[in-house]
Amino acid sequence: MALKIKDLRIYYQTLRGDVKAVDGISFQVKDGEIMGLAGESGCGKSTLSNALILLKPPMKYISGEVFLNDKKLPIDNYEAMRANRFRGVSIIPQYAMNALNPIRKLKQIISDLLEHHGESFVKMRDMIEERLKLVELDEKVLDLYPIELSGGMNQRMVMVISTLLNPSLLLADEITSALDVSSQKAVSKMIVEFRDRKIVRSVIFVTHDISILYQVADSIMIMYAGKQVERAPTETIVKNPLHPYTKLLISSLPEVGIKYSQAPLKGIPGRPPELLNPPEGCRFKDRCPVASEKCDEEPPLVEIEPGHQVACWKVGAIDD
Amino acid sequence: MKFRKSEILFFALRNTKLRIGVFIVALFAFLAIFGPYFAKYEPQDFAGPGYNPPSGEYWLGTTTFGRDVFSQFVYGLRSTFLVGFVGGSIATFIGLFVGFLSGYKGGLADELLMMFTNIVLVIPTMALLIILAAYLKYRGVFLESVFIGFTAWPWTARAVRSQTLSLKTREFVNLARITGMKPLKIIVVEILPNMLSYVFMVFILQFGGAILTAATLDFIGLGPTQGISLGLMMQQAVLWNAIQLGMWWWAVPPGIAITAIVGAMYFMNTGLDEVFNPKLREM
Amino acid sequence: MGKYLRRKIIIYLLTFFFAVTIDWVIPRFMPGDPIRTLLSRAAMRTEAMDLLYNYYNKVFSLDLPLWKQYVNFWVSLFKGDLGTSVYLFPSPVFEVIKRAVPYDILLLVPAILLSWIAGNKFGAFAARKKRLDNTILPIWYVITATPYMWLGILLAWVFGVVLGIFPISGAYSFSMSPSLSWEFIWDYLKHWILPFGSLFIVQLGGWAIGMRNMIIYELESEYSRYMEAMGAPAKLIRKYAFRNAVLPQITGLALQLGVIVAGALATEVVFSYPGIGYLLLQGILNGDYFLIQGCFLFIILGVLIANFFIDIIYVIVDPRVRRGMSGETA
Repeated sequence: MALKIKDLRIYYQTLRGDVKAVDGISFQVKDGEIMGLAGESGCGKSTLSNALILLKPPMKYISGEVFLNDKKLPIDNYEAMRANRFRGVSIIPQYAMNALNPIRKLKQIISDLLEHHGESFVKMRDMIEERLKLVELDEKVLDLYPIELSGGMNQRMVMVISTLLNPSLLLADEITSALDVSSQKAVSKMIVEFRDRKIVRSVIFVTHDISILYQVADSIMIMYAGKQVERAPTETIVKNPLHPYTKLLISSLPEVGIKYSQAPLKGIPGRPPELLNPPEGCRFKDRCPVASEKCDEEPPLVEIEPGHQVACWKVGAIDD
Repeated sequence: MKFRKSEILFFALRNTKLRIGVFIVALFAFLAIFGPYFAKYEPQDFAGPGYNPPSGEYWLGTTTFGRDVFSQFVYGLRSTFLVGFVGGSIATFIGLFVGFLSGYKGGLADELLMMFTNIVLVIPTMALLIILAAYLKYRGVFLESVFIGFTAWPWTARAVRSQTLSLKTREFVNLARITGMKPLKIIVVEILPNMLSYVFMVFILQFGGAILTAATLDFIGLGPTQGISLGLMMQQAVLWNAIQLGMWWWAVPPGIAITAIVGAMYFMNTGLDEVFNPKLREM
Repeated sequence: MGKYLRRKIIIYLLTFFFAVTIDWVIPRFMPGDPIRTLLSRAAMRTEAMDLLYNYYNKVFSLDLPLWKQYVNFWVSLFKGDLGTSVYLFPSPVFEVIKRAVPYDILLLVPAILLSWIAGNKFGAFAARKKRLDNTILPIWYVITATPYMWLGILLAWVFGVVLGIFPISGAYSFSMSPSLSWEFIWDYLKHWILPFGSLFIVQLGGWAIGMRNMIIYELESEYSRYMEAMGAPAKLIRKYAFRNAVLPQITGLALQLGVIVAGALATEVVFSYPGIGYLLLQGILNGDYFLIQGCFLFIILGVLIANFFIDIIYVIVDPRVRRGMSGETA
């Protein structure tokens, strides 16, 4: 099992108290699996992915365990994590377009990084050039400065750098959010190719855009207000969602070919609860069309069928 | 970055740097305003025997000529604050105006204004002021402030220009423009409020800077031809060998005042930066 | 890069032109006629005096049309003729200033460079440790708020009068005359240390604060964060941050030159150190217009050359400028 997470809680420290951004998340990602992590802004998905590699104030580790390849991943220990960064876990951050030092040549940046991980740039040069081809970058790029490349090119460069040492787990944090549709397709396909070529073992693909996940993810996990809501293979989530929130999400996706006059877009009325003092019980109950009193008690995550988990009282065997 | 007034006040009152800075400045301001009422003599009056160290009678001692140092000190403080305020205001205003115009208009106006700014920036102001000041028979405190104001603005202009440039491209300004708001209105309603905090900090720095420049000018002998200031006190002290004669009470206190006031202003500035910029606030 | 340097050269030329013009214009439009009065003060007709009158006539004489005076001024300037000093009569102004220049260079260049280097190192160091930062930052604020001359006064008083270790006036003892002997050099150094100290300390504060802020800014940048996430050691991240932070400090150095002139002036006055600043003061006190004018021009020239020098260094060091991507205009 590539990644196993048990009851993880990560809060944000603020002047007014702790914001419960990730509040009791448990899931697993198999070897070779691309798991999509979707949800609204503020649901905790970015927090989760960043915490898995760089847990720094104002993020605070509260409880929970993380296992990478059956070995404990000490995310709460900044120093101990160092050995795991880049080799074990790696990330393509949301700010990838600005992630490279503007006044240092790209080959210098790579060489510095490799050196500190005990590798040699010279020896890896050929492999690096191969990877560059995969992301459609010319090898001449290595002699340039990041400012001489466009934002998109910088991002693809980061994709190459982050995966240079074939990490077990790659976290892709909103990498398509700032791109146009054709670039989105290209970048998503590159991630799949990385996995297919075994450049990365498993991927957690964080985004708010489910339509992208439909193209690339093997399974999708939906988060809401710091909690898990549903997890299932991609087909199931899209064709047969069970949780009310997921159902509303999927139905609010525009369908190609259908005009607004024929079927107006449905949104989900209301806003997510604030996480400083989240409500008791199910966090979706205030916006849920099928909520009842039972929802004042927090629904556990239950495996309805193999590979499909839902946290809702109205679903499956647990029914009132 | 529109702040709620209460949030700003909350942080402002708790910020240590701000509190210390304001306290020190207020202390000296108090001395400047009310000191002269306590002073027993006019600064240039003959008060008693010269060369006296501080005593009950002469709180800061007397000069070579028997003038009361304390009186000179408090009247000098007034002049110092005046120069700081007037000079700082003028410099802030010019800097704001030039920087803003340059950033907002762009194009040829920007190029010309920036070239002008760079020229004024490169000329060592002291040299320029010397040439100017050496030829005027009468120089008052106000004139000195004007000189300083007219030469200290370039860094402000540059800084304001880059602030303006970054604000100009923000969405809410574009939105206002699309809705057909008149440019002046856009400036006043959308852009200025966001720069207000910055402007305030700039003013404080200019205030402090003007005080330092004035002190140096006075010291060299290009200060006001009448009246007294802290810089003038130091000049007199050095001219009449106060150091060699060990008359520290004449040469040292004016400098302490300037260092304290200007230092306090820098403190305040950093404190204000923390108040206005949430990222810098300590948890 | 060519564009950047060309721009800078244009500015410097314009500035020089502007400065010289101002220098020439001012005595004309001031109330009264200071030139005539000062000349009438030294009213002996000797050979040297004739030189003075000649210069005066070419450049200030009311008999010539204004434009001709202006042109003569420039011509004399290029010939190195800045008139004759009244205060140090009958030495030509150019000679007087020439004698003072080495003392200024020996004082200012080390003071500026060393304080810049030391300030940057200290500032970067303090940016790392929060507790150190909290204690030392206020100290830097205080020393940068200190007027140069007052620190000079303090140093002179403490080390010169109270402790009696160092002399507090002149560049060398009266009994000596400049030579390259060890005796003289040692004597000079004793006179040099206090003025150097006051210039060094005040500037140090400013640089340290600036560098500290820049380092913090760089350490919070997204590229630093990415490096961290990629497991880079703190040392590497700090190295990147330092290199990036130094660039604006170089620009800052150029901007500070004008300010340092003021500081040098004040310091020289306190210690009667025979640099251009001191000359300038003497010129003012004695109404020696030609000397004042000459000093002014020398100062401007010095600042412009230093600025240009720093600009060249900046171009070499910042790849963004080389590729024409600097956001600066002019």
